[in-house]
Amino acid sequence: MANFLFGRLLQSLVLLLIVSVIGFAVLHLAPGGPLAQFALVPGLSKEDLARMAHEMGLDRPLPVQYWEWLTRLLGGDWGHSYRDNRPVLDVIAGRLPATLELMGAAILISVLVGAWIGVMGAIRRYSTFDMLATIGAMVALSIPTFWFGLIVIYVFSVHLGWLPPGNRTTVGGDGSFLDYLHHLIAPAAVLALVEVAIWSRYMRASMLDVVNQDFIRTARAKGLPERTVLWHHALRNALLPMIALAGVEIPTLLGGALVAETVFTWPGMGRLLLDSLGYRDYPVVMGILMFSAVLALLGNLLADIFAAVADPRIRMA
Amino acid sequence: MNKYRKNEITSNAQSLLTTSRRRLLALGASAGALAWAGPKAGWIASAEAATPPSKPTGQAVIGLSQEPTVFLPLLAHIEVDEGVYFNLFSALWRVDEQGNFQPDLVAEVPTVENGGISADGLQWHLKLNPKAKWHDGTPFNADDVKFNIELIQNPKFLAGRRAGIDLIEDVKVVSPTEVTFKLKKPYAPLPSILSWTFLVPKHLLEKASDINKPQDFLAHPVGTGAFKWVERVPGDHITLTAADSYHGTGPYLEKLIFKYVPELTVLYTQFQTGDVDYVGIQGITPDHYEEAKTLPDRHVTPVPQPFIENIAFNLGKPVFQDPAVREALYLAMDKQSIIEQIYYGLPSQTESFLPKQSWAFNADLPKHAYDPEKAKKLLDDAGWKPGGDGIREKNGVRLEFINSTTAGNHVREQAQQLLQQNWADIGAKMSIQNFPPAVMWGDNWTNSKFDSAMVGIDFMIGPDPDSTQYFASTGIPAKGGGGDNTTQYANAEVDKLLAEGASTVDVAKRKAAYLKMQELTRKDLPYLPIFQYAMVQGVKGKLEGFTPNVNVQENCWNAYTWYWAS
Repeated sequence: MANFLFGRLLQSLVLLLIVSVIGFAVLHLAPGGPLAQFALVPGLSKEDLARMAHEMGLDRPLPVQYWEWLTRLLGGDWGHSYRDNRPVLDVIAGRLPATLELMGAAILISVLVGAWIGVMGAIRRYSTFDMLATIGAMVALSIPTFWFGLIVIYVFSVHLGWLPPGNRTTVGGDGSFLDYLHHLIAPAAVLALVEVAIWSRYMRASMLDVVNQDFIRTARAKGLPERTVLWHHALRNALLPMIALAGVEIPTLLGGALVAETVFTWPGMGRLLLDSLGYRDYPVVMGILMFSAVLALLGNLLADIFAAVADPRIRMA
Repeated sequence: MNKYRKNEITSNAQSLLTTSRRRLLALGASAGALAWAGPKAGWIASAEAATPPSKPTGQAVIGLSQEPTVFLPLLAHIEVDEGVYFNLFSALWRVDEQGNFQPDLVAEVPTVENGGISADGLQWHLKLNPKAKWHDGTPFNADDVKFNIELIQNPKFLAGRRAGIDLIEDVKVVSPTEVTFKLKKPYAPLPSILSWTFLVPKHLLEKASDINKPQDFLAHPVGTGAFKWVERVPGDHITLTAADSYHGTGPYLEKLIFKYVPELTVLYTQFQTGDVDYVGIQGITPDHYEEAKTLPDRHVTPVPQPFIENIAFNLGKPVFQDPAVREALYLAMDKQSIIEQIYYGLPSQTESFLPKQSWAFNADLPKHAYDPEKAKKLLDDAGWKPGGDGIREKNGVRLEFINSTTAGNHVREQAQQLLQQNWADIGAKMSIQNFPPAVMWGDNWTNSKFDSAMVGIDFMIGPDPDSTQYFASTGIPAKGGGGDNTTQYANAEVDKLLAEGASTVDVAKRKAAYLKMQELTRKDLPYLPIFQYAMVQGVKGKLEGFTPNVNVQENCWNAYTWYWAS
């Protein structure tokens, strides 16, 4: 186990380094820069702009800039945002709760609902429910999150007036728990939609796989009640591959959050990334990139560990 | 402050998702449900104008499609930041909707008449408002004024704007409420520049270890404005609350909230559902205008803006050096169709680079008429003969060029396609090549690396018609100049008129210079003017006091007079 962990960690570190090099290079080589927004402000002379570039460290060769960034990062200094001059870690930490709240809710919905739909579909294979679930999953997978979010706002906020049209709390309101919850429903549901579809499809396939195996037949032959067979023996085994899926799906969710946060005016990391990209706020973009990469790697690692713990047959080599 | 339309300048990813067309108010006519009740009363909804409450009450939520992030107003910043500045900080004076200066941190606006400015425009004497206080209780005084001028002049400080203020020298504190200074040369736009120079407190900033990043101040800015700082939730909103120590009238609102809603359609939806009381900056998208007008209890009005939409020619390119080409292209431009079909029919065309509301606007310029036949004849006469493929040429130069603008701006792209057609009709070949905003404006435009561009510009300095930056031959960045003359326009007479206009304090003389200058640019056509922009402004019905002001680029300029009608 210790060897396995050590190996995986080393692997992850190398991966992170590669991600950082590619990210840094692509970001800095992309045309435009953080000064582009000021390039057209009259009264800002070329000397002023050069001074700003120097202040931001942009006047040095790219490899030097990268090296400086990396050494500072290793020393715990993530740099300062160009946009509002705050430390990058503060900037990210300020946005993290909103994103975690949204992602947590979306994961909860997708796992519960998706797994349930998948299991029911597998048990009653080719039933009307199964057909509808299959079609529904295809539709859900093909709906663009952005468009769907707008439709949800249009129907539930503008027309019915049931849900707020975005925001994390009522603007200028008291910020009570119920207020938070009320605002969470729509974005979490929209973000979860695709995930529910994915989960239900995987769950269904995995469940079908399991119910046709020998040990299930044995369990039935022993005379165990069907409910015990399905929910105890079959489901447990069918859930195993799902653990790996959960790890892989974290980046997908982060991607979805990018869009959902924009539509629902959700002050999370996704929006921060979009804004920072727009302003070419290099330190923040790099910070988010590294943070997400760590999160994704960690998700995978945890998934592997959990899978091994849950299934002794998996050997950690 | 940005002089360009924000969709061009911010490389915000959202600009790809949204369009930012604006409409022009049919001038003088009261569009929508509002009635113009004179400059003092502003736009009022009904005959029974309510009165403001005796103490600050209620809150107003201002929806912004960009996020304010810079809270030291003298640092380089973008337009949206100014919405916060106008309410948190004060300048020496402010410019009202008629273009007049109103005292703010001064007791009276200095003029030649009241002796505040010497007849030659060089000696200035400011009398400050003794009632003005910083939000932490420290009195505002003459030392603060001196500190601010010196800070802007400090080369180590990353000032957003030094023009004009760099001419100030010999700043003397005469008494706590009196300052005098001299100018190196007379400079007429200085009062306009000072009207948007928001002053910062000396006692909090003089000891900052890094004046470009005073962390404490940026986290909790202290000003002299009608509202004081409460908090900022990054990526979401900024809350201000009424400052009881405010030296002017108002404020009547207890809380002012700047809410960041990055997506314009969602911003409109939040206005529709009532979560946002006022739609600022880019306003309501024109495609929602018809629907927005019918919303109950909302005032939706197009409000003119100082931006002019143009086709800019790079005069460094041989093809554009013949004036006949520029004029022929102008004649062959179907302006009316661009306005009617692409911009929802509301913008009105213009012949000048100045907005119609400016005191220097020349209303007597020759009117443009769409006349392709005349254009063809003009080109024929000038020796541009159609070649084998129908494209005209002269002395080996083909009448062929690229037009560029912000990629992803669908409205502009439609206008480009229309122009492509128009100009193909007279034997001119225009191809379209658009770039992401950072490349287009940050690189190609600034360095004159384009053939022709479709661009919206505010050529003025705030309310001041001085446009030296854009038209003086000394300001060509591609030739090492320090201005924004990216068309590389050079006309000795224009240079002379611009110098004349900027160096005299006599308004009549200035006006004469600018009127003449507009005639020259209309004749030379470095820019083909298309129309003056407007934005569709949305305000909740009961929110009183909002006044459109073409002289500021930020529309919450007078939030200290806003209040909720009971």
